[in-house]
Amino acid sequence: MAMITADPQDVPKVESFSFTPESMAKVNALIANYPPGRQASAVIGVLDLAQRQQGWLPRVAMDEVARILEMAPIRVYEIATFYTMFQLKPKGRYLLQVCTTTPCWLRGSDHVMKACQEAADGVTFSVQEVECLGACVNAPVVQINDDFYEDLDAASTRRVLDAFRRGETPAPGPQVNRQTSAPEGGPLTLKGE
Amino acid sequence: MPIVKIDGKEIEVPAGITILQACELAGVEIPRFCYHERLSIAGNCRMCLVEVKPGPPKPQASCAMPVADKQEIITNSAVVKKARNGVMEFLLINHPLDCPICDQGGECDLQDQAMAYGFDRSRYHENKRAVPDKELGPLVKTSMNRCIQCTRCVRFAAEVAGVEELGATGRGEGMEITTYVQHALTTELSGNLVDICPVGALTSKPYAYEARPWEMRKTESVDVFDALGSAIRVDVRGNVVMRVLPRLNDDVNEEWISDKTRHAIDGLRYQRLDRPYVRKGGKLAEATWDEAFAAIAAKLNGLDGKKIAAIAGDQCDAESMVALKDLMAALGSPNVDCRQDGSKLEAGARGGYIFNAGIRGIDQADAILLVGSNPRLESPVLNARIRKRYLRGRCAIASIGAPVDLTYPVERLGAGAATLRDLAEGKGSFAEKWKAAKNPLVIVGPGALAREDGAAVLALARSLATVRDDWNGFAVLHTAASRVGGLDLGLVPGAGGRDVAAIQAGAQGKEIEAVFLLAADELDLSKFGKAFVVYIGHHGDAGAHRADVILPGAAYTEKPGTYVNMEGRVQLGQRAAYPPGDAREDWAILRALSERLGKTLPYDTLDQVRARLIAVNKSFAALDTQAPGLWVEFGKAGDVTDAPFETPIKNFYMTDPISRASRTMAECMASRQQQMPVAAE
Repeated sequence: MAMITADPQDVPKVESFSFTPESMAKVNALIANYPPGRQASAVIGVLDLAQRQQGWLPRVAMDEVARILEMAPIRVYEIATFYTMFQLKPKGRYLLQVCTTTPCWLRGSDHVMKACQEAADGVTFSVQEVECLGACVNAPVVQINDDFYEDLDAASTRRVLDAFRRGETPAPGPQVNRQTSAPEGGPLTLKGE
Repeated sequence: MPIVKIDGKEIEVPAGITILQACELAGVEIPRFCYHERLSIAGNCRMCLVEVKPGPPKPQASCAMPVADKQEIITNSAVVKKARNGVMEFLLINHPLDCPICDQGGECDLQDQAMAYGFDRSRYHENKRAVPDKELGPLVKTSMNRCIQCTRCVRFAAEVAGVEELGATGRGEGMEITTYVQHALTTELSGNLVDICPVGALTSKPYAYEARPWEMRKTESVDVFDALGSAIRVDVRGNVVMRVLPRLNDDVNEEWISDKTRHAIDGLRYQRLDRPYVRKGGKLAEATWDEAFAAIAAKLNGLDGKKIAAIAGDQCDAESMVALKDLMAALGSPNVDCRQDGSKLEAGARGGYIFNAGIRGIDQADAILLVGSNPRLESPVLNARIRKRYLRGRCAIASIGAPVDLTYPVERLGAGAATLRDLAEGKGSFAEKWKAAKNPLVIVGPGALAREDGAAVLALARSLATVRDDWNGFAVLHTAASRVGGLDLGLVPGAGGRDVAAIQAGAQGKEIEAVFLLAADELDLSKFGKAFVVYIGHHGDAGAHRADVILPGAAYTEKPGTYVNMEGRVQLGQRAAYPPGDAREDWAILRALSERLGKTLPYDTLDQVRARLIAVNKSFAALDTQAPGLWVEFGKAGDVTDAPFETPIKNFYMTDPISRASRTMAECMASRQQQMPVAAE
């Protein structure tokens, strides 16, 4: 993934940003976790709130975070560019983070990736290749916004994405007949008796 | 104190220092890139690896590890050498091989250390990473491919300069040093970034591709662009000053200098006065020294001394000022003044006009009151020193004057002298902090003194000062390099004499008919009426335009001169180049003129002039020392108005003939104005 290290120019101009009253309450709760004068410690959480509100992090949002936390803006830019989960350019409504690390790749993440890329239009869906999401036992896996969709193949990926496109929210977790990471088709041991 | 064994030698070192510092005490050199004495410790370049026993079984970064008793430190083993070679190989993976076209070449830490730890060929066959260059303003040129991410510049900007505008964005191989939003750094100390950068990533923009370090003659000298008297090194190729670098002087400038000190020197090439001029028929015409002296002699012959006046400028050396004073005395004129800004400082006892606590005193102060001073513009390096004090904590800093950003928080008490009066009477919450402080330091700036009630302000400030045997908390912050020297020499109106304002008033009528301006340009020159003006200086600035006779003098890099900084430290500047054309050293001009006027001054050599300096004021005998001045009554109790204090420096980049002629300074000004359309300054 290309690193963003300078204020991106190819993004829609966002004139101003301010937290909604609900977000602001959460911001204040985050700041209250730290001793007085150490409000800058809340920066990652506050940036995440800003991203959830705006969908991505325009510079005005980072400047607003810097103002609220009394930090120099450059310190906020440093953090936002360091963590790949902060989006400095606009993305689709659903961010598809496709794991392509070895276990997922062995289990066919290439097909999943292809299905996601076909769906990606930048408005509803955006695709990002990520390293291990830590759900290897349910490989291949795609993180869609906050939820993991597991045990995918090309067909089930398309099914999930179609559901999102229709405005539904498919159930997260394994997309095969399996309870979390239990064996496929139901339990094989300890079946009673 | 811990006793450690370094390479088999036992040494006792102060507790709490790092292994790297202990090694330096033991005389063992440790290579480093990110570690810098005056910045916080980052420990990210890994070049300073040493073996430590007892400790982890791998080399340790010595810059970030504190010493402990009975530690054994090995800096010359095969393990250490191999570890450093490895670090160096990694650093060079992405470093371009462009030393032949790099301005850092010849004085590059990476180049030097690669000689000791570098591998003789590369094992890396992939492409080197490419990093876009950044825009950091008109003084700092970037070549970010060369950056090794030591983050010295980031720490300098945040800690010393006090502008958190540089940062490291991205991560891993994508990490870049940047401002993110491309803009010039809003600091007056940006030139120092070039010095602290250990590689050629940040180099000097005005000096780009100008010269190589080994081509230049280096002369140690003293800065005159502000009254701090920073220690500088002037590098000259041929007869051209190529660059100015700071020298280490912990008592004064540590190792920083302001952008004006460093980069106004291109002004020395433009607008120079290289031959005498005489005004004929309303126009200045080139003349010989003989003709110029004849024109002056014709005017002064038979003229009553009381109708002659002299004003010394802001960058004069003490030698020329004493010659001017002696010449005026010989001509019978009491109208001498070195305070062209109209400041109400008195010449008498030194305690009343120097920075008594010394620059080092700032480190000991526990309460600082700035009266009519904006040190960020008046002396940026001194401002960095106050910031350093602020960062150490437990120091109340307040100001009376215009609201300005000094890079550290300041409690603003008010705008003018009335606030100072209230404080002196013990009103307000800051008055209690002031009383509780052990070493309070009141810094009186030019904005508080160059006004009608300046003497009363001085008296009020005096009443706030704490003076003990071991502490004198009264400090005057000067803006002119020549001011303390001038006051030491007594270049103030004698009995019945006129000060600058009165000289100008007299020039309107017939009371003043001839005025000598010794490089004095920061005056309203339209107010000299019909007076005959003799200008002795080095630049065709305001003074020269008004002059009837111009005698071309030498700039500070072109003459050996004595300068007294604001804390009363007598320092010698050296000649690094020769003045252009027919220009001469100023004291020698005055000496030659005195002979022509029949009042020959009693000195022929520089040594004799310096002997005369000591005869006038003993303080000139002690070079490079600082002590509080004699503490007596000064100032004049009286009513003060509540007109706000204003710093005389409206534009930091152009304060004197040299910087006004400098194109680099003009660029800096334009860049700063672009950033701040509604400049508060």
